[in-house]
Amino acid sequence: MDTSVTLFGRRLKNPVIPASGTFGFGSEFAEYYDLNILGGIALKGTTLEPRYGNPQPRIAECPSGVINAIGLQNPGADAVAGEEIPRLAALFDGAIIANVGGHSEHEYVAASEKLAASPHVFAIELNISCPNVKGGGMAFGTDAETAKKLVYAVKTHIKKPLIVKLSPNVTDIAGLALAVRDGGADAVSLINTLVGMRIDLRTRRPIISVRTGGVSGPAVFPVALRMVNDVARAVDIPVIGMGGVDSAEGVLEMMMAGACAVQVGAANLVDPYACRDIVAALPEVMASYRVQNLTDIIGAAV
Amino acid sequence: MKKQTLTLISRRSLNDEVFGLTFAGAEPMRPGQFVELSVDGGYLRRPISVADSRGDELTLIVKKVGKGTREMAEWQPGRKVSALTSLGNGFGTDASRPLLIGGGIGCAPLYMLARTFAERGVRPTVVLAFGSADQIYFEREFGDFGNVIVATDDGSRGIRGNAVDAVRAEGLSEGNGFDRYYACGPLPMLRALAAWSGAGELSLEARMGCGFGACMGCSVKTADGYARVCKEGPVFPAASLIWE
Repeated sequence: MDTSVTLFGRRLKNPVIPASGTFGFGSEFAEYYDLNILGGIALKGTTLEPRYGNPQPRIAECPSGVINAIGLQNPGADAVAGEEIPRLAALFDGAIIANVGGHSEHEYVAASEKLAASPHVFAIELNISCPNVKGGGMAFGTDAETAKKLVYAVKTHIKKPLIVKLSPNVTDIAGLALAVRDGGADAVSLINTLVGMRIDLRTRRPIISVRTGGVSGPAVFPVALRMVNDVARAVDIPVIGMGGVDSAEGVLEMMMAGACAVQVGAANLVDPYACRDIVAALPEVMASYRVQNLTDIIGAAV
Repeated sequence: MKKQTLTLISRRSLNDEVFGLTFAGAEPMRPGQFVELSVDGGYLRRPISVADSRGDELTLIVKKVGKGTREMAEWQPGRKVSALTSLGNGFGTDASRPLLIGGGIGCAPLYMLARTFAERGVRPTVVLAFGSADQIYFEREFGDFGNVIVATDDGSRGIRGNAVDAVRAEGLSEGNGFDRYYACGPLPMLRALAAWSGAGELSLEARMGCGFGACMGCSVKTADGYARVCKEGPVFPAASLIWE
């Protein structure tokens, strides 16, 4: 039985990758388990300059999920490339995917260059879909031409594979995927969070300080699965699936929808061992559905 | 941090809104640390401060504020609960004349701290502030370990006013009645205490995503940059917090 998958010619032990924003910069999770069981790790979204993020509260619960509006809190590209990534690389031999956020083309390009220059970084994941940052992030990911132009600018400045993380807050996600492929994306990852909100009945005000946030968790799984399938049917570049995956069964379902690797997000916040347990369960779940090689099922339902 | 399955061994009602739960099977924790408990009706775990930890027994004091805590109020002894334990940094315990200041449900984590001081032969002064007399809990229990001063907003018991009014009414100030204070309660109370004296440690609460440092959901500003309430906190030096 083979749980390995291939991404940009590199063999990953398995398709399980903690999603950006749910695993910090990885090294802190080494207290809990040996990170080397993971196929890869997507790092916390990083911007050119340090960012504090949004005021409290940044978190609200929702049925079968969570709404977050962290606002890209991070120590900036220099600190991530110089301190966080080397710290993780000393503990982890899997694929390190650096996630990049920004407000302008210049910011995206400069942060991507700094992170891609780290010898430990396997690929850049371009976050053009953060719903929690004003005047940026998602604005780049909801218009096809803007997205394509940004991806082209970043791609021409880095020599590492470029994954573009897509927003589900659009009417035609396959169209966006085609646009970023045309811009030079080597892969797409989806879905980022869905914009949502909650209201505190006592105060009659939004719970999240900046009114809205991104919904993730099992609540979004069927939406994510459908969008991964939409995109896999439209593009010929690798698709990395995510959105509400919290089990080995969910990993298989995402792969059948068309994903060649699967990110696990909100589940890490409920259980720090979520990814470890999903990886451990993979062989048994594969056996129960008569899957010999995980790569065999990629796109089975496309 | 440890992921554990706890067994509820006893529960008691402390007033209309507040109840105590004691579990077996927990690893020993320090005063000021917290746990995250799974509830059936919620996706995220619920962060609850440790009221006491002795051997493998863990006591929590919980206020019914939402769906999760109302569900906990119905838990029956024998129930198994999935928990993340030993979260956060906890209070320091090096004061020679400690002053403990609690507001509402924020009194809970001070109980183990009072016991810890008492067992070292140091009898703390304990200010317990509540909205009204019917909200008071654990006054006698705190009395086993410290000198208790009660305050209520409506004056129905003890000093009329909040925690800050109470420490002022008692004439307490740094070097005069205490060398270090330890406080937990609503943010406005903690902010007022920080303005009153920098010689303290404040335990913050926050809406948390994970409770163990992964999501940055509970970050606050401090003099040393941003800090996670769940990981670098929940206890912070009073002088280090930047209030917005």
